[in-house]
Formats: sequence, structure tokens, C-alpha cells
Amino acid sequence: MPEAPYDVIIIGAGVVGAHIARQLSRYRLRILLLDKAADVGDGTTKANTAIVHAGYDAKPGTNKARFNVAGNPMFEQVCGELDVEFDRCGTYVVGVSDEDLVTLRDLYERGVENGIPGLELISGEEMRRREPGLTESTTSALYAATGGIVDPFALCFAAAENAVSNGVELRLETEVQGFLREGDRISGVSTNRGEYHSRWTIIAAGLHADDLMHAAGLDSFTITPRKGEYFVLDRTAHDQVRNVLFPCPTPVSKGILVTPTIHGNVMIGPTATDIDDKENLSTTAEGLNEVMTGALKLVPGLDTRQIIRSYTGLRAAGSTGDFLIEIPPERPGLLVLAGIESPGLTASPAIALHVVEMLREAGLELAERPEFNPVRKGIPRFAHLSLAEQEALIAQDPRYGRVICRCETVTEGEVVAACHSPVPARTYDAMKRRTRIGTGRCQGAFDTPLVLEIMAREYGLSPLEITQKGGASHMLVRTTKAVAE
Amino acid sequence: MKTLTCDVLVIGCGPAGLAAAYEAKQHGAQHVLLLERNDELGGILQQCIHTGFGVREFGEDLSGPEYAWRWIDRVRDANLEVLSETMVLSVDRSRRVVATSKALGLIEILPRALVLAMGCRERPRGALAIPGSRPAGVYTAGTAQRLVNMEGYMPGERYVILGSGDIGMIMARRLTLEGAEVAAMCEILPYISGLRRNLVQCIRDFDIPLHLCTTVIDVRGRDRVESVVVSGVDERWRPVAGTEREIPCDTLLLSVGLIPENELTRMAGASIDPITGGPFVDEGYATDVPGIYAAGNVVHVYDLVDDVSEAARIAGRSAGRYVSQAPRESGDVVRLKAGANVRAVVPQSLHVSALEEGPVVLQFRVRQPVEAPVRAEVRLGDRVLVSRRYRYVRPAEMVALTLQPRIAGELGDASELTVHVLE
Repeated sequence: MPEAPYDVIIIGAGVVGAHIARQLSRYRLRILLLDKAADVGDGTTKANTAIVHAGYDAKPGTNKARFNVAGNPMFEQVCGELDVEFDRCGTYVVGVSDEDLVTLRDLYERGVENGIPGLELISGEEMRRREPGLTESTTSALYAATGGIVDPFALCFAAAENAVSNGVELRLETEVQGFLREGDRISGVSTNRGEYHSRWTIIAAGLHADDLMHAAGLDSFTITPRKGEYFVLDRTAHDQVRNVLFPCPTPVSKGILVTPTIHGNVMIGPTATDIDDKENLSTTAEGLNEVMTGALKLVPGLDTRQIIRSYTGLRAAGSTGDFLIEIPPERPGLLVLAGIESPGLTASPAIALHVVEMLREAGLELAERPEFNPVRKGIPRFAHLSLAEQEALIAQDPRYGRVICRCETVTEGEVVAACHSPVPARTYDAMKRRTRIGTGRCQGAFDTPLVLEIMAREYGLSPLEITQKGGASHMLVRTTKAVAE
Repeated sequence: MKTLTCDVLVIGCGPAGLAAAYEAKQHGAQHVLLLERNDELGGILQQCIHTGFGVREFGEDLSGPEYAWRWIDRVRDANLEVLSETMVLSVDRSRRVVATSKALGLIEILPRALVLAMGCRERPRGALAIPGSRPAGVYTAGTAQRLVNMEGYMPGERYVILGSGDIGMIMARRLTLEGAEVAAMCEILPYISGLRRNLVQCIRDFDIPLHLCTTVIDVRGRDRVESVVVSGVDERWRPVAGTEREIPCDTLLLSVGLIPENELTRMAGASIDPITGGPFVDEGYATDVPGIYAAGNVVHVYDLVDDVSEAARIAGRSAGRYVSQAPRESGDVVRLKAGANVRAVVPQSLHVSALEEGPVVLQFRVRQPVEAPVRAEVRLGDRVLVSRRYRYVRPAEMVALTLQPRIAGELGDASELTVHVLE
């Protein structure tokens, strides 16, 4: 017997898809959120610069400018409701030459045109007073008071969890392979796990949005993966970098920035290289060298011995240079979001609201659910609590007294909680993003055996079944003594 | 929060902590308390099921767990108090320690003296910035050792090992014995970074291909490691074009160095020697924070556990005396500096009064190996105070040089001694 159709299927549980799911869960709708990966937020959401942009650099009149400007002021409320770490710490663009002064003035004016409050041009001396480690050739800077830093993983999984708590169905490791059609109308998707029918289908598939558009017969838009390589430095480097520091942008990129992260590390990057392969998340010797050189130009004393990890993110650079957000007239029942590169993270909550309005205008009936609860409570973060709070938590559940990640002070209680949250952390990498295990200076050398044991116990699996990131990424291959024939 | 007091608190129950605690009790500390984060004592020794431990300390060739149990028995017999499954969250200059455990929740401990014995950790992939993808199957050698020897799981079937540290070599043998294949061990230096005996017993005896002046320049595979690309390097460690070779494997093990674990030492306010990665210590293993001592691999990374126990004894003795004897005028201090072909000298400083009471052992590593007779000299300016010959020197093998009390008289008002290794 065919299942009743969903009202809305969202393809892609990145930060954009998760926020759309959450916003739609306010209404009496049957919603399905799909992702091909083993965790939400496994594409561009998990590897980006984690900046909440002020909005001074997007070209006025574009979707990028519109949704950046609209999204930025929403972060206190969204992160408050979703229990996501966010710091509106302000950001700087640092000029190191007289030509840069012109660029900074242009950025300032563009920001004013975009309606960005709190912009200020400051002198090189003032900038170096605020950030003593900056290069001596600092000539001036643009301060953007509304810029900030956020936990990009949490912004996504918290929205997904809130959506699931409000009735959204989430299916991971479910890859859309094609669309169901009734004439021109899109009436659902076919996946590796079968077909799902729907009244509306939303493409929020990041890097793969164009492939899905092509599968739906829409050929006008293409996405080029633009590789960005990054380094993460140990927390001890935090003393050397207090502020979010962008270099002056060039025509091709925002440049290599140096920034504290919301978790107290320092991050440097990214490069910007167009590539062909949407799965290519490798780092390269040349790219990492470029990151290092760029970062040292801004902060010459940065201690590169404190690097603990490198990674690559792929931006979904669209062929129009702008976000594509539309209901293509030739494909009723389909809403497309494509080319959502920077400032997509900042824009995501505003894009979600806009998508709701687009669907309403297109005739989707939106009846409010009185039981909708916008509040999501994250798992306790032991390391951030006061001694009294820590004590109370351990009294309530002694597993919070057992530290299993020494670098980041993560407890067994937190790992257990992440196994039983609305979007459980089924893989080691998902567990890292939920709890911060393995993200410190030892990079999991100490916690890995312990975490595998706890996850296996909580899920009723063998440690042999636990993967790093789904698929065939098993972390262990067999028991000892079980030599293959 | 429950508050405990004691004479000497020891953080860490590996070989260093056990020896320091035992010795503190022998030297005047009435109430000695040990904290251990694991459920059993012995630290990393428990996963070192190979032999080679205890030749000096016990005159026997023991496995790691056996060596650990000898010390655990000593500690038990001496009635020292132990809290296991307890992790220290913070330490400050006044030696106030906050720790957590399932059983007791948060506890505050206010010891009269503190011995830091947290050991060391392995350098991870990120610290080397090895390019490539991020698949499952990249582990440090010590993590693999724990998985295999304590948890009973194999992290892979076909391995490439980067680095020739002792744990890497021992794991090459161990994994081979478990039916896995070690396709290659690559070392960027022109010589191995572990002990010669491990090269013979773990690599050569098991026909494991060892490639010197070679490093990993790419890791390939999406879900799980599928291969690594290795390349020869020049004398400045840069890959040499044309020497690349792809080796199929499902696991990359890293044995690329150990780093003293000193986050708590920093919290306590002790100064850290940027060369050793451990705190500056004097001949009694006192840090520059009064009443705080450092024992074993937190000071600098040792080759042999017997040497860890020996150094930790000194730290424990100092802590015991600190709480049981009247404070003394410490008198003149001489700094010990690294000279020709010496990386760093431990201890970094020496009280002349302590040298008058007994010999002081200096420990150091050379920067470059010399496979020919050399002499190590301790000099005061141009004057050679001590000279000793060695048949060879290697960075992998710590050199010990004893200063005898008689030279105290020659120090005058010297502020600095230098240690040199000369061909």
C-alpha cells in the first residue's frame, strides 16, 4: 500500500535544510528531511569559517546581501532558542598598505549601503592596540560590531534536533537518486531506500544542488566546488589572537583569516581553489603552505607549532555568483536553493523564513501547531559549568564525573547523552561535533578506545560496527586472534 | 565539595607516580595520596605487554604489566592511599587541586607538596600537517597498542607506519604476530628515532621494510585509508620529486614523537622549558613553584622505564623532605646549559649545596648521532670540569653524566655550566 505523501521533502540536512525543516515544523505538515551522509551537517556546514558575517561585503541588491543582512540579527534569538554557542564579538578587516585603505573605505561604504550598523574605520595604531600581535605594517582597519563567531555544527544539529522534536522525520544515509514526476510536476524522490511521495520537494543539497537540478531537468545553474584549506591551532594559541581578523579581500577571495573559534581554538584559512571533484576533501602541501604564509602575514608571531589539525571545506560556488532561491515555473512542486556559499551560514535562518513564505504564497496551507516548541536544550557541557553546577550534575548522574577526553574535558555523561539525543551521534565524527571529544591537542589518541566502547554499549553494537563517518569508514576491522583464513 | 588534605599528593600512577609516592613516604611524608584517571594503576605500562622493562630496577627482564605490578605492590605494602578513576580538572600555585570521579564527584585536595607525574602523549597527525584526505584508519601507535593489547581489537589489516619511535617498532612486531601485514615503516630522518634493540628485535627480525629519509606525503581513501604515498626527502626534509611511491594499506600508524603532558603544570604556574616541553627543574626535580615537583616523562621523555623510576624517586624524596624537614637556605644556584651537539640538559639548574651532599646525574640528548667515540664535557667557561668518553651517541638514547660532589669546590661563584659533546 503506498504511503500517504509527505507535505514537504527537504533534500539535504545541512544548516540550510535543517533550519527550513525547523521553521516548517511550526505548522501542521508531514515533513521528511533527507541526507545521504550518516550525520546532519556533513557537507559544507561542517567545514567552513564559522563566522557570522556583518554583511558589508555582499554586493547590494543580491540575495547574498539580502539574506546576510536579514540573518545576522537573528542569531541571538536562534542560538538562544537552540542552545548554540554564539559570540557577537565583532570582526575586523585589516589593511596593511595604502591601497588597502581604499579597499576598506569601499567596504565601509558598501556596508552602509547594505544597511549594516556598527561599522567603523579605525587607525592602524588603534587596531594594534586592540590586537597587539598584528603585523607592524597595519595601516588601518574596518571594524564591524555585528560580526560574530558561532558553532556551525551545533547551529545545524540543534536546528535538526528541534525539527525532529517537533515531528519532522529525519532519514540519514538516504541518497536521492532521482525525482518522481507527474508531467512537469515533481511529486517526490527516489532514493537508495525507496521512493517517497510529496506535494513539495526542496533541494537544499549544497554542493550537489546543481546535480539534483539537472536530474529534475533544470540545466541553467552549475556549482563549482571551491576548495578551502584550514588549520586549527591549540587553545594555548588563543593568547596570541583575540579577534576575528580578515585581511583585505582581493577580487578572488576574502583571503586567509586568523580567528579565534567559539570553542577557544585559533583557526587560520581558507585557501580558495576551484576543483572538479565534489568529494575531494583532501588537504595539499601547497594549500597548507599558502594558509601558513597568509596567516603569518597578518600575525607574524603566530606559533605554528601549535597546529593540531588541518581540514578542507568545499564552498558551493554557483554560476551566477549569487544564491539561487526560486520555485522554477517549469517544475511545479519544486523549490530550489543552490549556490549557498558564504555568507550562507549567516543567511541560513533568514533563508528558512523566506522559504516558508515562498511556500505559503505558492499555496501550501500553513496551519500553526500550538504544541510547537522552538526551544531545544543541548546536552550539558561539563567543562563550561561552575563547580557547583558540575557537582549537582554528577550527583544526578555519576557518569558526568568520569572524564573521557582529557584535552577538552568531556565526560562519559555527555557522550551517553549524545547517543540518546533527538538526532543521535551514530558515528565517531558526529560524536566529535556533538561533544568536542577528540578535538583537542591529542586528537582522540586517548579517548578513542573509550568512546568506541561507550557508543557500542549505548547502541547495543559491537565496537567493530562503529564507523568514523558512516559507509565503510569502520574504525576497527576484527578482534585479535581472529586471523583471516 | 569534599575537601581532602595530605602531605604529598601525586597526580598520575604510571611508573613515575608510583615511584615518587613510594619514595615520598620513605622520606618523611606521613600521608601520601595518589590520583589515577584509569581504573587500574600502572599507566601506559599496562598496554606494554612486551618485555624489556626492569633490567636495572629489578635485575630482571619483565613485561610492562609485571614491572607495574612490582611497584603497585610496593605502594600497597606502604599503605599509600589511592583514588583511581579520578581526573584532575585544575591545579593552582597554592597547590589546590580539584578532581572529579564517578564515585566521589568533585573533590578538592589541599596537599602540602605536589608531585606532577602525568606522563606524556603522542604527537598526532595534525601536528605534522600530513596532506591528504581524512578517512578512518589513521591512529597513533600508542592508541593502536591499547586497542590491540587491552581491548582486543585490530584497527586494520595492512599497515604503513610513519616514524620509527619505540612504540611504532614494537607495534610493527605486535601487529605482525597478530596476522596483519606491515607494508613499510618510513622515517624522515637518516636514522631511526627509537632504540637499537627494537630495530633488531621488532623490525629486522620480522623482515619489516624500513625506509629512512622517507615520509608520507599523501593519505588516500574516502571512508577508510586505501593507500598512502611515500616520498624520499632531501637533507632539509623536503620531498624529492620522482621518488614518490603509492603503498596500498588500510591503516596509517604514527610514531612520530612523544610530548610531555604539562597542561596541569602550566595551570600551576610552573615555567616550561620550550626545548624539553617540560617544566624547568632543579637537581631535586623541584619546579619553580614552591612545593611542586615533577617526575618522569612530564619533565622530558625517557627511553627506559627504569630511568623514569629513578628520576621519580628523586622527585618523591624531595617532596617528602619538603613536608618533613625545616626549610633550608638553598644557597647558590648554577644553571646548566646545552652546548655543542646537546639538545637540552635536565635538570636545568643545580644548587651547589645539593651537589656538596651527593652526586647529581645530568641527563641530555644529542642533536646529531655520532657513530664513533666522543667525549662529553661539563665546562665552566673554558675550563673542563668533567670529561667522559662514550663509544657513540644517538639522539634516541639519553646520555647520563654524573657530577661528583668534589667539583662543588671548583664552582666558586659560577652562575652557569655548559655541557658539550665533542668528537
